[in-house]
Amino acid sequence: MIELVVEERCTDCGACIEVCPANVLEPGRAGLPVLARVEDCQTCFMCELYCRADAIYVAPDCDRRVAVTEAEVLASGRLGQYRKHSGWDEWAERFPNEQWLMETVFRRAGEAAAKAKAERLAAAKE
Amino acid sequence: MPECGCTIARRRKVVSSSLEELSLTADVLIVGGGMAGAWAATSAAQAGAKVVLADKAYCGTSGVTAAAGPGHWWVPPDPPAARDAAVANRIDAGLGLGEAEWMYRILDQTWRTLPTLARYYKFGVDDEGRVNHRAVRGPEYMRALRQEVLSHGVTILDHSPVLELLARSDGSIGGARGLRRQDGGRSYWVEAGAVVLAAGGTSFLSHLLGSHTNTGDGYLMAAEAGAEMSGMEFTAAYTIAPAHSTMTRSMAYSFATYYDAEGRQLDLPFGPDQTIHLARALQRGPVYCSLHRLPDDIKARLHTISPNVPLVFDRWGIDPYRDRFEVTLHNDGTIRGIGGVRVHDTDGATSVRGLFVAGDNASREKVAGAISGGGNVNSAWALSSGVFAGRAATRVARSAARRVERLRPLGRAGLRPGGRPQTVDVAAIRSSVRAEMHPFDKNLFRTGPGLAASSRVIDDLWRDVAEHGHAGTLALREAAALVATARWSVATAAARNESRGLHRREDFPAQDPGLAARLLSGGLDRIRVSLDRPSPATRPDQLEAAS
Repeated sequence: MIELVVEERCTDCGACIEVCPANVLEPGRAGLPVLARVEDCQTCFMCELYCRADAIYVAPDCDRRVAVTEAEVLASGRLGQYRKHSGWDEWAERFPNEQWLMETVFRRAGEAAAKAKAERLAAAKE
Repeated sequence: MPECGCTIARRRKVVSSSLEELSLTADVLIVGGGMAGAWAATSAAQAGAKVVLADKAYCGTSGVTAAAGPGHWWVPPDPPAARDAAVANRIDAGLGLGEAEWMYRILDQTWRTLPTLARYYKFGVDDEGRVNHRAVRGPEYMRALRQEVLSHGVTILDHSPVLELLARSDGSIGGARGLRRQDGGRSYWVEAGAVVLAAGGTSFLSHLLGSHTNTGDGYLMAAEAGAEMSGMEFTAAYTIAPAHSTMTRSMAYSFATYYDAEGRQLDLPFGPDQTIHLARALQRGPVYCSLHRLPDDIKARLHTISPNVPLVFDRWGIDPYRDRFEVTLHNDGTIRGIGGVRVHDTDGATSVRGLFVAGDNASREKVAGAISGGGNVNSAWALSSGVFAGRAATRVARSAARRVERLRPLGRAGLRPGGRPQTVDVAAIRSSVRAEMHPFDKNLFRTGPGLAASSRVIDDLWRDVAEHGHAGTLALREAAALVATARWSVATAAARNESRGLHRREDFPAQDPGLAARLLSGGLDRIRVSLDRPSPATRPDQLEAAS
């Protein structure tokens, strides 16, 4: 679930409020988006992807809150990691979209499973 | 909203609100902005319709495609034998419920349409330099589809959940009403020549990635209009994820090795039955997984294939190629399941005039058969059914004589109680639906007595929300839709006294040749289940009336 918006990085562009499919965030009075309905967060990481300031940290846990501090997530180097590996914005040239490899992986897994099965059958015959 | 090129036709006063209702007119209204809705909006606009698309959330991030990476069922027309083989395989796998003609049509439409997105989506280029159109990455795909939709002049209403459909005096559908949840809950009203429901399916609030807003709303609205469902018993698909996570992206698990709590390796070979064996193992205790067998070249590129998959492990400090981590299975409901509103032709027409369905809102049995459409058949269906429905809705909107008449709102449960209004505990309803639709012993390994017990629980929930629910909030409507969907699912599963594809009955492990047919379900206060006859001229046989 979304755990925090890092104040020193947030530019208050409002993108996270707009794109969150679960309507978790609200505009705050002090300029920082407010996590108004964290219990509705569906842990899809979309807010991180659309945050060009790399100010949002979503913990992978979908069924429990995780206590983290701004200092910890800043030190982790993980802010903006999803946007970077997705090749969004300024990362477009450095991280290619290799989704097409998915089908290769499934094919190779199928071949490996068939081979293992054949070996098991051969071993059983001996 | 800079992109809102809408015309405000008229304004009406809303009682008990200082805000005026937003009122729009359109030729075609699309409900839902996921993959199917976006393609429907594009095709309707290309056919010349004035289109409004209303999304519960944000068209571009909402829906199950957005956070995933769908492969499309993709077979080029040349050589023709390749499509014949693909269709023949799918007919065999579909166990009597698939139809070849529908499969050919969606294969062809998908092949023609998907590359047109190249204006906004950079299709991958493989190591041999060939462009791959089949496999797309969800966030980029839906971002591109939003751009495509806007480029055709479609008005997008984000964060504008539709609460109910509106009918003309002859029963045909002429629009919908909803609320603008980021605009103080302000009400809106769209009058349209035809409506396409592309509101998705439901995973019954499992943690299937990206499915939280998919609460089956479109099914409930279609049923209130008089449409029937088909294939609702096929809700027993489950997908692996690291425990406590939503990451139901399964590619890396094709090379997984599993262990029990004592560290003994489990014999769960990769293949179609793996999920069943994994569920049996999970019934005995926690299951752990290692991805050490994933080939090294794939390990090195996992973050550029599926960037959100390694992100989960990284944040937990787990090395999935060395450490063992606990796994679970999330229910896919009607999303990787295949039930939905019955469609009368591939153009997405329902039995209700002016009402069309697309994507997971529609039954996919005719293209997926009795087994899961997985990512690829379901994606091809979402795309092509969106295209077909958008076009067909435009034709209907054009031909309909548009009289000025008062539209009748059709919403019942959660909006207009049948009995005495009372406070309804939405949180309790949600957790009760989960408790009936997720446990393996209730929904994956089904039995007659178990289904009867579920039916009693869910019927009580329905009475509560339909008789007393009156708040008219989104949460209450969603709860009503979840319960209604669960009821059709359980009632149809109870009527299918056999095991076929996704539907498993422990008390009827074999296939019954007499049930090699689709089952229709419908009704609200009284659920009906009947056999869908092969000939459209024949009336459906009454099979069983539950509750």
